[in-house]
Amino acid sequence: MIREKVRVKSFKINGIDVTGASNQTILEIAQENNIEISTLCYLKGLSCVGSCRMCIVEVKGSDKLIPSCTSKIKEGMEVTTDSARIKANREMILSMLFSERTHTCSVCVSNGNCELQDKSTELRLEHSQVPYGHARFEIDASHKNFVNDPNRCILCSRCIRVCDEIEGAHALDLMGRGMDTRIIHDMDEPWAESLSCTSCGKCVYVCPTGALYEKDISAEEAEKKRNIIMELLERKVEQ
Amino acid sequence: MKKIRLATIWLDGCSGCHMSILDMDEKLIEIAEYVDVVYSPYVDTKEFPSDVDLTIVEGALSTDHDIKMIKKIRANSKYILGLGDCAITGNISAMKNLFGSEAVLQRSYGELADTNASGVYPSKIVPKLLDKVLPLHEVIKVDYFLPGCPTPSDAIYAMLRSLIEGKEINISDYTRFGK
Amino acid sequence: MINSLEELEALANTKRCNEQNCQEELRVCVGSSCASLGSENLKEILDAAIKENDISDACRVKAVGCNGLCAKAPLISHCNRATKISILYEEVEEADLDELIQSVLNAAPVTHKHCDITQDFFAAQTKIVLENAGIIDPDDIEDYIAHDGYKTLFETLENKLPNEVIEEIKKSGLRGRGGGGFYTGLKWESVAKVQSEQKYIICNGDEGDPGAFMDRALMEADPHRILEGMALAGYACGADKGYIYVRAEYPIAVEKLTRAIKQAKKLGILGENIAHSNFSFNVEIRLGAGAFVCGEATALITSIEGNRGNPRQKPPHLSDYGLFGQPTVLNNVETLANIVPILKRGAQWFKSIGTASSSGTKVFALTGHIQNSGLVEVAMGTTLRTLIYKIGGGIPHGKKFKAIQTGGPSGGCIPESLLDLEVDYESLKKVGSIMGSGGMIVMDEDANMVELARFFMDFCKSESCGKCTPCRVGTVQLTELLDKFVHKKATKKDLELLQNLSHVVKDTSLCGLGQSAPNPVLSTLKYFENEYLEGISND
Repeated sequence: MIREKVRVKSFKINGIDVTGASNQTILEIAQENNIEISTLCYLKGLSCVGSCRMCIVEVKGSDKLIPSCTSKIKEGMEVTTDSARIKANREMILSMLFSERTHTCSVCVSNGNCELQDKSTELRLEHSQVPYGHARFEIDASHKNFVNDPNRCILCSRCIRVCDEIEGAHALDLMGRGMDTRIIHDMDEPWAESLSCTSCGKCVYVCPTGALYEKDISAEEAEKKRNIIMELLERKVEQ
Repeated sequence: MKKIRLATIWLDGCSGCHMSILDMDEKLIEIAEYVDVVYSPYVDTKEFPSDVDLTIVEGALSTDHDIKMIKKIRANSKYILGLGDCAITGNISAMKNLFGSEAVLQRSYGELADTNASGVYPSKIVPKLLDKVLPLHEVIKVDYFLPGCPTPSDAIYAMLRSLIEGKEINISDYTRFGK
Repeated sequence: MINSLEELEALANTKRCNEQNCQEELRVCVGSSCASLGSENLKEILDAAIKENDISDACRVKAVGCNGLCAKAPLISHCNRATKISILYEEVEEADLDELIQSVLNAAPVTHKHCDITQDFFAAQTKIVLENAGIIDPDDIEDYIAHDGYKTLFETLENKLPNEVIEEIKKSGLRGRGGGGFYTGLKWESVAKVQSEQKYIICNGDEGDPGAFMDRALMEADPHRILEGMALAGYACGADKGYIYVRAEYPIAVEKLTRAIKQAKKLGILGENIAHSNFSFNVEIRLGAGAFVCGEATALITSIEGNRGNPRQKPPHLSDYGLFGQPTVLNNVETLANIVPILKRGAQWFKSIGTASSSGTKVFALTGHIQNSGLVEVAMGTTLRTLIYKIGGGIPHGKKFKAIQTGGPSGGCIPESLLDLEVDYESLKKVGSIMGSGGMIVMDEDANMVELARFFMDFCKSESCGKCTPCRVGTVQLTELLDKFVHKKATKKDLELLQNLSHVVKDTSLCGLGQSAPNPVLSTLKYFENEYLEGISND
């Protein structure tokens, strides 16, 4: 198949002139130019799925809100990343993420080291705009080193992607639909019994919340060893 | 200058946020110049007064009494400040929502009780549990939110000062959920 | 094996001649509605009676697909080839069959259960897509061929270049009948233009809207027409492989399509080098496991690939990156059923039917509080009033009309004041609804619009795949909010939140399911706000 050749494109983000290659995304170019766009499911080096919808932006001429992590740049496009409309939508989406499961920060291993929490300060959201759901999910603590607590999961699917794309094991995937969706190992086996899991811990290190965490460590140690995995991901980007 | 009529109350919370208020230490004296505490666990007032300017509410809503109380507070207060995660998200208080009130009662008055042969839950002296613990803003309008578990005293001080002076602050500079 | 147009016509003629001797034909509808009332049993009894009376040379019993008037099922029509008279009987029961047999044997007229075929229900329709439904035997490829079936494919292979086919479809103004209304010709062209070793044609038969059964009836009644349409699409776009994605809940459709593919392959109408040309085309069926979201293009493709049927963000569009990463055309069943008549009778003819922006006809499934529930095909631009009162026969029990819901869970409700709306893609969009796949649910004065909105939201909630936040959480939140309104326990703040959330879900969801899920809420809010206000309690 003849794919379009990579070309340089010039366009605007928030009125600032920027350029990038035609195979790059709006988010990548924004980051290169130090224009901040909130992200949550995005992790550099992993494939982009556009599922959390935090990174939505407006493009002039369209009344749609599109995720910047999956949208390729186009010549002459005018992108806005922080209009009142975008902010309002982002706040509502963040509220939804806080409300759908049970995020009790005060008793969470990731308290103070959680990307969901960070979003609340970033967007200055001090209360959820929608009622809380409080559905209960069983915790899987069968693995000798790690725990999977779906009650803190925001279904960003980073763990699935890192396991598939970096570790090459694809031990994790999704099960169920809608609000019942959860991360499973193999065919919904307990984590300890998963035959494909290599216990490498990458899923734990990329998890933005306290849904996947290490056992038997003190609160001080609970900071995720993101640098290990980030190095791997950087290499992947360079390839 | 007319002093601000201030009320504070803790509903389903641990009183930690009220401790934080006291943790303001010497700054309390400064605040006291501007406010008149008309109702609070700190003072001995039986009835919630009318014409309150600001009520600081700690804790979530978990009983029929809490609901009655918060509605009265709303009716009698110009502004309400939700203090701490319980008031804003339900926090620890709302963790029983994962199991339901029935399971909680069963556990506390049945399984863990030393002397409750009948296994009957008290129904007269204690208020009735709601089906679900709720944060304040799901029942009434809340004007200001100050999260934290407990909310740091610096944040409370900054918030009160900003209200007194009528200046806006970014509370994220002082506190967040779980802090 | 049929290797040329001549051979195809020879087969058609043989079949026609054979049937010439058989004067009478009893067509028993075995479409889903009639079959659910035991029409297959009726056919067996008729078969036995014909055999017993030894008149199988003179009379044939044929199982046919849906003729539309499902409200009067089971339907049997009695056709006489010589006199060209056909009589339709409605609500036929076992007890009526004797009389029917007698009428065949001694031409004794049947005295009751006549269904007037001159009534508006039939007269006001324009049948293009459904022209064979209720007439041909879907299990018999020869019957289809005798009705000029596959002739268009063979003629096209002999006389037309692929780009000429695309030109014709473009000129016809045919638009996607699955709901989006994208121009079919443009869609084909964009795939035809991409150079690729492998391209795919997919037929979307994953009809999932509550109250919609157009595609089902089509697949059951005239499967070969869909195969022919797919083959033509394949020829035009340069694809040699097709998939039909049908939901497993449509077992009859699956059965008919499977048989049709087998028959077509056996005759060499599908397969390698069709009619000695360079064009090869094979079709396979893939069954959906009942997820509504799999009707969405990207989710459907992911499902065919063997993965969890989750949608993905577009672009890349299917024309660049479709099934297995290859350029892919995805068309709805009804769209593909329109291809043969357009190429047979020309783009000009097709364009003369319908409105300026939407040519041709549309099949609608009329359901709900309406006399003649069933399947109807009308020219685009027909008014809702004609559809409901003339064709649909009005509202039963003398009740008043309240609203009509079009487009299923993605559509909206249209009130009485807009009954004179001429239905096409643009007009429906303008009033806050969509064409959708063609489900139309009529509601009388007793219907509660908030409950209706809740029903559809609840549907979307259970069908949300859970991938993106706004749809996964938003549909749950909206359902719970609507619950409050239904139970009259809502507050003014809830109304504000309802509107706010609806817009967020609509604007930020990943795929069509979430983007359109709030439509029933927004349209009922627009036209029936008072019912929401009634749901607000004062304390």
